[in-house]
Amino acid sequence: MKTQKTTLLCAVSLLAAGIAQAGDYRSQAIALIKQDFHPRGIATTDRIHEEGLQAVCNRTSDKPPAAVAERLQKDQFDAIKWPSDGKFMGGDWKKGEKIAQSGQGMAWNNKPSQENGGSCYNCHQIGPKETSFGTLGPSLYQFGKLRGYGEDIQKYVWGKIWNAKATNLCSQMPRMGHSGTLTEKQIKDLVALLMDPNSPVNKE
Amino acid sequence: MKKRIGALMAAAAMSAAFAAHAQQPMKQPAAKAPAKATQKATDATTADFEKFRDVLEEDNPAELFEAKGEELWKAKRGPKNVSLAETCDLGLGVGKLKGAYVQLPRYFADVDAVMDAERRIAHCMVTHQGFKAEDLAKKPFSSGNYTPELVSLTTYVAGHSRKMKIAIPQKHPKEKETYQIGKEIFAYRAGPWDFSCSTCHGEDGKRIRTQNLPNLSTPEGAIRAFQGWPGYRMTGGVMHTLQWRMNDCFRQQRFPEPNYVSPSITALLSYMGVNANGQMYKGPGIKR
Ligand code: HEC
Ligand code: HEC
Repeated sequence: MKTQKTTLLCAVSLLAAGIAQAGDYRSQAIALIKQDFHPRGIATTDRIHEEGLQAVCNRTSDKPPAAVAERLQKDQFDAIKWPSDGKFMGGDWKKGEKIAQSGQGMAWNNKPSQENGGSCYNCHQIGPKETSFGTLGPSLYQFGKLRGYGEDIQKYVWGKIWNAKATNLCSQMPRMGHSGTLTEKQIKDLVALLMDPNSPVNKE
Repeated sequence: MKKRIGALMAAAAMSAAFAAHAQQPMKQPAAKAPAKATQKATDATTADFEKFRDVLEEDNPAELFEAKGEELWKAKRGPKNVSLAETCDLGLGVGKLKGAYVQLPRYFADVDAVMDAERRIAHCMVTHQGFKAEDLAKKPFSSGNYTPELVSLTTYVAGHSRKMKIAIPQKHPKEKETYQIGKEIFAYRAGPWDFSCSTCHGEDGKRIRTQNLPNLSTPEGAIRAFQGWPGYRMTGGVMHTLQWRMNDCFRQQRFPEPNYVSPSITALLSYMGVNANGQMYKGPGIKR
C-alpha cells in the first residue's frame, strides 16, 4: 500500500514537471478558450473547463503514467451505477438499436425535452443492416457471439457504456451514463442490443 | 452522367442565389429600402444570370458568390462610405488580393495580432467602413436563402488565390505562437463528451458514419481544411466558409459556441493551414 502511494506521488510529480516543460502555449490556449466562447442552448460555458480526468489526458497527450491511470480509472469505476435490479439483461434490443442510431444529445441544438441517443453508430459497426457506420471505435458486430454471453461480459459492456474511461482512461468514447447522456434503462436496452443472442447483432 | 449532376448542381445553386437576391430587399426594414436598393438587386440578379452560364460550363456554384463578393468589395459602403478595395489591407497591401488568401492567417502590425481571412475582412468593415462588429456577428452563417455579406466577400477574396500554393507565413513570433496555441486548442478535451478536435481528426482513415475524417495533424489531411473552402455545400445548398465549419465542429464537440471570428478560430486555422503549407489551393469549391 505504502509503495503504491509513493509510486503515485512520483508519477504525479513527473506529470507536474511535464506541465512546466510543455511551455505556456497550453495556458495561453486555455485563456483564449475562456475568452472566446458564449453559452448557447443547453451548452453552457462551464463546459470549457477541463475536469480532472480530462486535464490528465490533455496534459499527457492521452498517455498518462500507468499508476496515475490506474488510480483515476478506479475512481471512475467506483462511480459506475450498476443496474438497480441487479440484472444486466432484460432490455429491449429493438429500442437499443434506436438509441444506438440516434446522434441526439448534449449539443447546443438539442432540446432538454428530446430523448438523448448514444451516437453509437457514429463510431461503431453494430447491426448487420446498418452500413452507414463510423470507425473511431472497433466493430461491435457479433459482439456477444464472439466474446461470450456470460455475466462478466454483460458487466463489462454495462460498465463500458456507463463510463468508458473506467477501463481506458483516455478513451475516445464518451461516458454515456456518467455524463447523464443515457439513462439506466437506455443502457439496459443497449446491453441487450450487444448481448442478447436474439439481437440481430448476434443472430445474423 | 457526370455532366448531368453538374448541371443539376448549377441549377440548385442558381435558384439559391436568385432566392437570396430576391429576398434581400425584403429583409431590410421597409423604411430603409428605397426603390434604389431594389433596382440594385435586380442588376445583381441580371449579373448572376450571366454568371449562371459560366456555372453551367465550369460547374462551380462558388462563382455566383464571388460575383456578389466583388460587388461588395468594390462598392462604397457603411457609415464612412468607403470601399474595401480602397482601404482594406489583407497582408499584401491595400486592395491587393492576388495570393492574399493562401497567406492567411498572418500577422498584422496595425493591430499587433494574427488574423485569418474572414476576421481581417470583418476588421476592415468595422475600422474602415464603420460597420458594427456586433451586427456582423448577429447572423454570420448562410441558411436557406440568406448569405451573409462576409461569406460572399471571403469567397471573392479566396477566388484570387485559385491554383496558388498555400504559403502561410511563420516568420513573426506571433505567427509561430498562434500556430502553437492552435495546436493546443486542437488537442484540448473538455465538455460532457470529453471531445477535442483530435478525438475525431487525430488519426488517419477514420469515419463518422460515412463521412471521412481528415487527420488534420498531417499535411495530407490538413489540406482538407483549405481545399474547397469556402465551399458550396450540397447539404442545404448554401455557401459556407471555414468560420462555419469550425462552428459546427464545436457543436459536434458538445462545446458552447465560439464567438464569430474570434482569436481561438484564428489559432485553429493557423494550425491546420500551416500543416497544409506548400500544397496547391484550387479555389472556392463544393463540399458535401
Ligand atoms: C466517439 C466515438 C464513440 C462513440 C460515440 C461510442 N463509442 Fe464505443 N468505443 C469507442 C472507442 C474508441 C472504443 C475503444 C476504446 C475503449 O475501449 O474505450 C470503444 C469501445 C466500445 C466497447 C468495447 C469494445 C471491446 O471490444 O471491448 C463497447 C462495448 C462500446 N464501445 C459500445 C458503445 C456503445 C453501445 C455506444 C453508444 C452508446 C458507443 N460505444 C459509442 C468509441 C466510441
Ligand atoms: C465529434 C467529431 C468531431 C469533432 C470533435 C470535430 N470534428 Fe471536424 N468534422 C467532423 C465531421 C463529421 C466533419 C465532416 C466531414 C465531411 O463532411 O466529410 C468534419 C469536418 C471538419 C473539417 C473540414 C474537412 C473537409 O474535408 O472539408 C475541418 C477543417 C474540421 N472538421 C476541423 C475540426 C476542428 C478544428 C475541430 C475542433 C474544434 C473539429 N473539427 C472537431 C467531426 C468532428
